[in-house]
Amino acid sequence: MSIAAEAPTLSFPHRHLLGIEGLKRDEILSLLDLSEEAAAQSRRVDKKSNDLRGRTLINLFFESSTRTQSSFELAGKRLGADVMNMSIPTSSIKKGETLIDTAVTLNAMRPDLLVVRHHAAGAVELLSQKVDCSVINAGDGSHEHPTQALLDALTIRRHKGDFEGLTVAICGDIAHSRVARSNILSLNTLGARVRVVAPSTLLGEAVDRLGVEAFTSMHDGLKDADVVMMLRLQRERMSSSLIPSQREYFHFYGLDAEKLSSAKEDAIVMHPGPMNRGVEIDASIADGARSVIREQVEMGVAVRMAVLQALARNLPNE
Amino acid sequence: MDTETEIEAAHRPQRKPLALVNARLVDPASGLDAFGGLLVANGTIADLGMHITEGSVEGAESLDCGGRTVTPGLIDMMVFCGEPGHEHRETLATASRAAAAGGVTTICCMPNTDPVIDDVALVDFVRRRARDTALVNVHPMAAMTRELKGTDMAELGLLQDAGAIAFTNGKTSVANAKLMRNVLSYAKDYDALIVHHLEDANLAKDGVMNEGEVATRLGLRGIPTEAETMMLDRDIRLVELTGGRYHAAQISCRASLNVIQSAKERGLPVTCGVSINHLTLNENDVGPYRTFFKMTPPLRSEDDRQAMVEGVARGDIDVIVSAHDPRGAEGKRRPFAEANDGAVGLETMLGAGLRLFHNGEITLHRLLNALSARPAELLGLAGGRLMKGAPADLALIDLEMPWTVARDELRSKSKNTPFEEARFEGRTLVTFVAGRPVYHYG
Repeated sequence: MSIAAEAPTLSFPHRHLLGIEGLKRDEILSLLDLSEEAAAQSRRVDKKSNDLRGRTLINLFFESSTRTQSSFELAGKRLGADVMNMSIPTSSIKKGETLIDTAVTLNAMRPDLLVVRHHAAGAVELLSQKVDCSVINAGDGSHEHPTQALLDALTIRRHKGDFEGLTVAICGDIAHSRVARSNILSLNTLGARVRVVAPSTLLGEAVDRLGVEAFTSMHDGLKDADVVMMLRLQRERMSSSLIPSQREYFHFYGLDAEKLSSAKEDAIVMHPGPMNRGVEIDASIADGARSVIREQVEMGVAVRMAVLQALARNLPNE
Repeated sequence: MDTETEIEAAHRPQRKPLALVNARLVDPASGLDAFGGLLVANGTIADLGMHITEGSVEGAESLDCGGRTVTPGLIDMMVFCGEPGHEHRETLATASRAAAAGGVTTICCMPNTDPVIDDVALVDFVRRRARDTALVNVHPMAAMTRELKGTDMAELGLLQDAGAIAFTNGKTSVANAKLMRNVLSYAKDYDALIVHHLEDANLAKDGVMNEGEVATRLGLRGIPTEAETMMLDRDIRLVELTGGRYHAAQISCRASLNVIQSAKERGLPVTCGVSINHLTLNENDVGPYRTFFKMTPPLRSEDDRQAMVEGVARGDIDVIVSAHDPRGAEGKRRPFAEANDGAVGLETMLGAGLRLFHNGEITLHRLLNALSARPAELLGLAGGRLMKGAPADLALIDLEMPWTVARDELRSKSKNTPFEEARFEGRTLVTFVAGRPVYHYG
């Protein structure tokens, strides 16, 4: 398989991937097409290619992550890049100035691709202004997590074929979720109908202005949905009294067989992980026949390979 | 009377239909005020009108009301009861007997218990105890924050499913505006009513009665009306932000009434209550440090009291509560500043309210509306009206009968009434709950 031979069909004229916002439908679809090839590559015995040979990829994580970081690491390695991981725990940095300092320092090491996760919304974009390489947002606060939205779109397309006419219900802590924001943007761009389901305290203000239909009842929100996407509930939502307790949350919003029965019979169940079983999702659903949660993880590597390739192609070759 | 027998009798299914005949039927919900009869069967109102007369219904017992008034039983949205935890002050059984004697057929008991009613198991406990020991309908109001501490939201959804009728923070305001916002916003999803006490704790700190001349003369620290009105102002803005259903548990001053009026004019889901004490008493009644007149909010000026009466007369104040709060000698026989707040009121609420009717300050319909129909509406209860199919929770009232309040005859376990020796005109003769008589005068 030669990616170069297909280069003319790939339309992705961006230097960075900071969010789904601003991406056109064709751009997303061509990334998904490229991801399918990467998925096939990852299923071979010899998973390695030379597309990024000689390139340096740095994973810069200001917020701890297991799956996203290892997914990017594997994606870089499968494409032949040199990969370095830098984890900077939040406690040891002092915002603002240090972020810029770190960027300038790293830039001097001449990386080609920089994958960044940060706890503050907008931090990745700020960093991207200070470096010469391509920057990929691996999650900035409650703002965006574009590769998650892409892997979700890829997983949905593999099961449902097309996005037109699909109803996707995103359920849980919408207000604080970068996964929700990126998915709302991407699914709307792709032509799906998006619903969000949460208690009012976790919906976020004016969420209906984002082009979604908002529900506070799982039964109503899941009715005839094709895709049910659950979000992780952080414990701190209880301590800040946005919801009273885990048991109440599970009772009214946890996905169990009864609530899932409102969705279409062939609805798939998704979760970005890591899951809180018994809080936002019942174990029987997480492990059940309609769950595509493990496939999402596999598609995660594929999508990240596609993103690295697409951006690397736009890097100067001099 | 033996308690078990009384309860058993009260729970015995109604065997025969009962016709209340020769009555003046007053229904504040529909505006009905007419002579006629009312037929009770299977615990509900089966029929009413001119055609219900002695012997008109075959097989029915009949009770000649002698032209006296039959009206929906009163619904009291604020009753502090000692069960569980303070049974020496009041139990559900004694509170329900006091209620029945006052024509009150439904009480909402407040979560200020020990432990606090902030858990599904406690709601369940109160409902079971009430079923087994109470003569009237009892609905627990659950805590909106855990242990009433004002820091963490309680499980509103599960509590409502368990039977909590509404949510309140008892006798304190939630100071944290963000928490209050979250509670109102979250409660909206369950269409739950938030009932809030109004007092800025910092502004009211150390105060023991209304701020003003009387407090100054007595050398007591005052609580300005602003402590109430500022909190109400804040809450109204949060209601505007969230859309949650909000009920000010008690207002006590003209400034608060103005805030309520303007909120209602803007169409916000805001209602309010006033206690019978603030309609009929004022700060001067404190007199020589009488602790039975110490309560929260404190008794206010005569002008504020008049504002409260006008508010009920115009319908801007939705609900009258007894704010029944039993306190023993250990809490009341103390220097004024150290005494407990609170007054009992279940047995005297109707008599005191009828003063306002006899004075011509409030019409009978307005009075009874605030005592039955309106609270039923706010709480989503089927009672509070005389109509076919409604529960037969009724009071037979003699509007003119004179009587004097005697402390020792009160059925409440605690005798802290501010109406001791008060002469009232009008009292309940018979109280019916689900068609069964639970109280007979004399």
